[in-house]
Amino acid sequence: MRTAEDNEDVITKLVVTSSDSVLPIDAAMKIYESSTDIVIKETCFGTMVTGPRESVDKVVKEIVDLDRNHIFVKERGFPPGDERRCRASRGGGSRPGFYFLKEEAMMLPMIGNALDKYDRNVPLKETEHKKKLEVKELQDLIESTL
Amino acid sequence: MAKVIIYPINSLILSDLVQRFGHTPLAMMEKIKEKISTVGVDSPPLNITAEEPKHGLKYAAVEVPAGVRGRMSIVGPMIEEADAGIIVGESPTAFGCMGCARTNELTKYLIRNRDIPLLELDFPETDDEGQEFVYRIAEFLKSLPEAEGEATE
Repeated sequence: MRTAEDNEDVITKLVVTSSDSVLPIDAAMKIYESSTDIVIKETCFGTMVTGPRESVDKVVKEIVDLDRNHIFVKERGFPPGDERRCRASRGGGSRPGFYFLKEEAMMLPMIGNALDKYDRNVPLKETEHKKKLEVKELQDLIESTL
Repeated sequence: MAKVIIYPINSLILSDLVQRFGHTPLAMMEKIKEKISTVGVDSPPLNITAEEPKHGLKYAAVEVPAGVRGRMSIVGPMIEEADAGIIVGESPTAFGCMGCARTNELTKYLIRNRDIPLLELDFPETDDEGQEFVYRIAEFLKSLPEAEGEATE
């Protein structure tokens, strides 16, 4: 196993930045400034932070405080560059798990705006939900075109 | 602080929202971390051992594919541990470790069968839906007890 794994309380967190005011590099710089013993990897969606749990939590909190509603965090099982996930050792392509992360990252501006509204106590608008086409309606539609 | 099981079980948005509103998300990532940092489970590209499908027998019958049982050996204990649940349907993608549709069905079924507070909604597509999505999750999480004593079971 990797040396970082020797310490059982070593964790990795994904920090996904979806902010107009904070760029992924700002988040990375914040981590570089911290004097704790953590390893970071800059990625297209944000940053991966690996290190002892307490240090990671502290640094991640500092980053999130830069723009609380537009920076999202989740824990990651594998450390950065792990052979089982890293595409460098898997012959290219996106790593497993990236597809869903990408889909969710595209939703983050919407979620961030909603969190802003929630903080400002903006009342909830009535929204109409798209309904799936009922079988009967589909049948009527088909028959009407015959 | 309640333990909230989320579905999709590796969701960034749900994991973040649960933590943001002061609870503990029960997500796949932490369990995978436990698995892969255990000495003896170090055989890339696999991150489970032959034992897992046996443990999964608690949740799925023996004729169910080993992949479902292997996944359930990780997901099942999380469901048992949960104090509340959030299920989000219409997931845009279900790739990676979420790729098994039958495991997903079984996961949702077992969460619904637990007698715990449960919120079910769909992934948003528009801004208005996004607002409703966040508001409903926030209100649900705020309605959960701040300090859950023992598990409800």
